[in-house]
Amino acid sequence: MRVALIVFPGTNRERDMLMAFRRVTPKPPRVIWHHETELGKADLVVLPGGFSYGDYLRCGAMAAHSPIMGEVRRFAAAGGHILGICNGFQILTESRLLPGALLKNARLRFLSQECHLRVETSETPFTRRWKRGDVFRVPLAHGDGYYTADDQTLECLEAEGRVAFRYADAKGRVCETDFLCNPNGSLHSIAGVLSANRRVCGMMPHPENLIDPLMGGVDGLPLFEGLVEALVR
Amino acid sequence: MKKSIAVTETLAREFGLTSEEYARVLAIMGRTPSLTELGIFAAMWSEHCSYKSSRQWLRQLPTKAPWVVHGPGENAGVVDIGQGYVAIFKIESHNHPSFIEPYQGAATGVGGILRDIFAMGARPIANLNALRFGDPENPITRRILDGVVRGIGGYGNCVGVPTVGGEINFHSAYDSNPLVNAMTVGLARKDKVFLSAAVGVGNPVVYVGSRTGRDGIHGATMSSAEFDKEALSKRPTVQVGDPFMEKLLIEACLELMATDAILSIQDMGAAGLTSSAVEMASKGGVGITLNLDAVPQREREMTAYEMMLSESQERMLMVLRPDRTEMARKIFEKWELECAVIGHLTETGRLIVQHKDVVEADIPLTPLVDQAPVYDRPFKRQPPVTPLGKVYAPLSLDDMLIRLLASPDLCSRAWVWNQYDGTVGGKTVFRPGMADSAVIRVEETSLGLALTTDCTPRYCQANAQVGAAQAVAEAWRNITATGARPLAITNNLNFANPEKPEIMGQIVGAIEGMAEACQALDFPVVSGNVSLYNETRHPDGSTRAILPTPVIGGLGLIDDIQRAVGLAMRAAEDVVLIGTTQGALGQSIWLREILGQEEGEPPCVDFEVERRNGDFVRKAIHAGYITACHDVSDGGILVAIAEMVLAGGVGCTLESPDSGMRPEAFWFGEDQSRYLACTPNGVALCERAAQAGVSARIIGRSGGNELIFPSGVTLSLLRLKAAHESFFQALIPD
Repeated sequence: MRVALIVFPGTNRERDMLMAFRRVTPKPPRVIWHHETELGKADLVVLPGGFSYGDYLRCGAMAAHSPIMGEVRRFAAAGGHILGICNGFQILTESRLLPGALLKNARLRFLSQECHLRVETSETPFTRRWKRGDVFRVPLAHGDGYYTADDQTLECLEAEGRVAFRYADAKGRVCETDFLCNPNGSLHSIAGVLSANRRVCGMMPHPENLIDPLMGGVDGLPLFEGLVEALVR
Repeated sequence: MKKSIAVTETLAREFGLTSEEYARVLAIMGRTPSLTELGIFAAMWSEHCSYKSSRQWLRQLPTKAPWVVHGPGENAGVVDIGQGYVAIFKIESHNHPSFIEPYQGAATGVGGILRDIFAMGARPIANLNALRFGDPENPITRRILDGVVRGIGGYGNCVGVPTVGGEINFHSAYDSNPLVNAMTVGLARKDKVFLSAAVGVGNPVVYVGSRTGRDGIHGATMSSAEFDKEALSKRPTVQVGDPFMEKLLIEACLELMATDAILSIQDMGAAGLTSSAVEMASKGGVGITLNLDAVPQREREMTAYEMMLSESQERMLMVLRPDRTEMARKIFEKWELECAVIGHLTETGRLIVQHKDVVEADIPLTPLVDQAPVYDRPFKRQPPVTPLGKVYAPLSLDDMLIRLLASPDLCSRAWVWNQYDGTVGGKTVFRPGMADSAVIRVEETSLGLALTTDCTPRYCQANAQVGAAQAVAEAWRNITATGARPLAITNNLNFANPEKPEIMGQIVGAIEGMAEACQALDFPVVSGNVSLYNETRHPDGSTRAILPTPVIGGLGLIDDIQRAVGLAMRAAEDVVLIGTTQGALGQSIWLREILGQEEGEPPCVDFEVERRNGDFVRKAIHAGYITACHDVSDGGILVAIAEMVLAGGVGCTLESPDSGMRPEAFWFGEDQSRYLACTPNGVALCERAAQAGVSARIIGRSGGNELIFPSGVTLSLLRLKAAHESFFQALIPD
């Protein structure tokens, strides 16, 4: 699988992402500096987490205007697969490649903890290794992860099955108003969403940080395994 | 405008120099110094930069071992961890700024220590913070705590270095003097360590990073004086951090360090351009000429004095190979960083500062550095404390345990560390609360690093010598409890006004105790920081000193990371107590929280026993006999068991101690050199201990979801958890 990993000034989970891909594919991702204007041949574009441009102005707002993002938009328009995690998700919403926006966590504090996600659809390359309703553990680490969108958009996401992951408790119970289930207060407990063609996925938590038994488990690995399965040619 | 200010002894005193020190300046210069020169002397000779009160005592500390590559004197300590790598680490205080402006004070504390580490060529891989706050009942404590925690998170999270450990204590002695001690650990190839000594006459001196502004002018001298009611008006001397700029600096410097361009490098920390230029040149035995016109400036009309003394953050100074300057410029441009050649090395042996065609300073470097004052301050040893008399438990064991678990110094710190990104980097094996030390994997090797910070200030208040030795031993123990071998420490000596003989007595005692412990445990000091004058003068003239707080930042190495253990109890195992219990309740948390007394003698460490017990535990962990391990410290055995139970989500049935001592002394005493170990076969572990000459006994059996006391009384895990987790949320509600 040919992975293009985009790095912006302030990106800080690119090495974590490299480690995750190293576990599932022999071919290391190509690291692309945001100033470049060509993606080259890629099966998957990854926007990793961090604080691009220091999160100044708005998380992801400045990165969305980086030179490489024009190419990423063209890649998406041509049906390319894109994964954005944490700040990468924020960049995707700021780029309008995914609907909605990510605001400050409901309790206005940075959150770094383990959470559980419920898989809402297995019909994507990102989630195909799970079954709908599966629950997995994953770390999250963000200050601005409260997913919001207007009612119409939320309705549309739900109707089209474009919610990829929802925050839940260990048993899979989803409750939007309970911080134990929905730590950042996201609307509809949304932790990850999909584009209309289901080829662009953004999520706040970090499956790339739970890929090794030594670090506490491999619960995040299926996402990467699924991508390899689906996108290797 | 400032140039018209006449330099006089009165002005020198305002700058923090004594009359004798000013006389020495006059003798060195052979004339009245310029304002800029006076500022440079005042900064370099401040307590913060010169260690003038502590230096002669610090010499006692052992600093060498076969694995120590660089001890004190560099930006940070360097130890060899094998497989071609070194760990580089240091702890540094940012106490005074954190009281004045908690968020920025703490944030820039993190930024400063990070720069010390990557300046040596290491990628920072972990942050820890040793924090001390005032009485939780005091409303300003809330504001300071919240600001400090947000500041540490705000900076560390953004630069992408995981914050993985540390400690927090509360005591009214810190009401107006919180302590923020930030530690960073970095990793470098052994053959790629960068030093600060300037190399090569004629070589360019290059400035990179943020522009210089008027912030933080004279920060070093501020932190070398007591606080008074004017302190809060000193806000402009606190700098503002820009973690995004720091992140760019880290990446750009590491990218440049992969080439052969950098000959020497140092961050601009306390006393800014002054101390970095002076230290680099004097260590290299060369002179340095700076042209301040070239310094990137954030504000207009800055004077030489202001530029030399500014403590603007996120700036580095380096000496480059002349033929590599262009390549360096390209790398800095890629990272959108400003850089400038602001001077060159000379053979004059002098620091010459030029600005707008005027020589603003011309100082011989050798006397500036070598003739910095060193004081043999008079000291009065701490009087011996009266041993604790008879005390009685007013409550049942289970009620006392609940009270202790909910107390500020023992309750869960999850509220704090959940605001710090602990996983970024993907190498965090144990986060806070999961093991006695944070454990970080060294990528591409089998190695792991165990990291901890430790100090029990209430012990030091009673007896600084015993307390400082205990702090070293506790760090050694916390590292050992994960299976790692303790390698070296960094220390942060926080004390009040050294001009008072009784405070100086604490300093002397603490250093002696520390030296003794480090020697006995083969645990040398490789870097450190001294923070004095942590004392507040009240309007009525009275003063309040902090508790003596000599913080130890410890680093250990585990050769096979897969062998590392945490503290989470597993079901259906024996819980073995290793070490001897005599029921030391003097200065215990139990005494303070249950009886409201801070009295008695602190527990002493017998280093021979410490080593024997620790070496046994480490071997047993490596051999796979121990599945979870926790040292017994604050709160004694019962609190330690409760912490293991909570971490593991597994209950435990306690055995009757049959110790002949009162239950509270057995269960809450803080005798040293003890561990709790979970093992599938307790009898076998005890036999092995006996063979090693180590005292051990089975103290409980894990399983179920309750803590069951020998009396039959039970506490559910839910009850323990509720008690343990309530404090911070109640103190600072959403």
